Amino acid sequence: MRILVVGGGTGGTIVANNLARRLSAEIRARKVRITMLSASDKHMYQPGLLYVAFGQMSPDQLYRDQAGLLEETIAFHVDPVEQFQPDQNRVVTKSGKVHEYDILVMATGSRIVPEQIPGLVEGGETFYTEATAVKMFKRLREIQEGTVAVVVGVPHKCPIAPVELIFGLHDYFKARGIRDKIKIKYHYPIGRIHTIKEVAIWAKPEFDRMGVEYETLFNVSEVDVENKVVRSEEGTETQYDMLIAIPPHRGMEVIEKSNMGDGGWVPTDRFKLTMNGHDNVYVLGDTSNLPVSKTASAAHFQAEVVAENIASMIKIGAPVRDYDGKVYCFIETGHDSATYAMFNYQNPPDLKPPSKPMHWFKMSYNQLYWTSVRGLL
Amino acid sequence: MSDTKIVDARDTFCPGPLMELITHMKQSSVGDTLELLSTDEGSGADVPEWVNKVGHEILSNEKIDGVWHIKIRKAK
Repeated sequence: MRILVVGGGTGGTIVANNLARRLSAEIRARKVRITMLSASDKHMYQPGLLYVAFGQMSPDQLYRDQAGLLEETIAFHVDPVEQFQPDQNRVVTKSGKVHEYDILVMATGSRIVPEQIPGLVEGGETFYTEATAVKMFKRLREIQEGTVAVVVGVPHKCPIAPVELIFGLHDYFKARGIRDKIKIKYHYPIGRIHTIKEVAIWAKPEFDRMGVEYETLFNVSEVDVENKVVRSEEGTETQYDMLIAIPPHRGMEVIEKSNMGDGGWVPTDRFKLTMNGHDNVYVLGDTSNLPVSKTASAAHFQAEVVAENIASMIKIGAPVRDYDGKVYCFIETGHDSATYAMFNYQNPPDLKPPSKPMHWFKMSYNQLYWTSVRGLL
Repeated sequence: MSDTKIVDARDTFCPGPLMELITHMKQSSVGDTLELLSTDEGSGADVPEWVNKVGHEILSNEKIDGVWHIKIRKAK
């Protein structure tokens, strides 16, 4: 049995390690082989980018060697897939190698596409890559007064990030003693300040308390860099001195080139996590088209379900459980407090008041993550 | 005339039905018709509010067995 995992992010790493443990006897007996293909020899802790943007983490703290995170029985190759051929049960890589499989796990993630909004690359700051997070921090250090506008592209990963960003900005400028000279204006695509109703209800009075202005039904359409104006599809505009964007995302280009899904998102069964029409292809995290948050948390819980089901298919010939839509998101509410949102397909989150211990837990988790992707937590 | 594309956003809290619809609208071409399925009670009002503000067209909006079926044509 050849299991091929494509992608070395959170979902791919957890599913591969989990499978290597569950199937250790089968691997020793040479009945099962696990191979991982990734685009990089490094693994990035992406939630750390927001801390980099506020000078609270240095970029080198975000990375570990991918090979060191994997069980020794997993064959790991830095050789990204350039073409998926699910009808032939094989992939073709950048180096030209062909990998055939019996079971494929797709965990290729997503990519930012700020270039889809005219002027955004030139006029906006983001924190979704190492380089742009560092650049954003330097810009934050420079600004002394004026309007900091936050806009949100669609779709985007880490749906909590826009709210965390606002809390972080408020605390950052307060610590610098210039909060009264900075106007923070938040823009959000739908008719409330967060897509999760419970988060919106909780965050609104918090925004009011911090003196954050907000405009809803604002889908950013273009940035006029010369005049420092950001405009919306809905016909409104905001003048800014510093513009911060949650950039729009797409699925990976290889998905689109392989004609596996609109926008690069693979059509996926929301319970089985299999690709529609291909029961031997599992899809994790950002790669799927599921109406589920694009977060490492979702990928983590999905990876556990997929690993358990693949292992049970091999051992007893049947899967044992469905994915219930579980997501757990920390919400940093400034530089010294946090809360969380946990929900699934049927149950909305029940937000608790922010606390310092929850912030400390989040800070601990920033380190525990490396244990988590090894499949030990 | 293209086929109606179904956006199944039933039983989802995040990113939620309207955010799902906006995602699919961005992937569609002018003239395409999308049908949003939503179990969010607020969708019956929230979705038309956005569609009308941005200048797309609501073709129909009805609740059937607890599910909102909202048809939209991309106009721009």
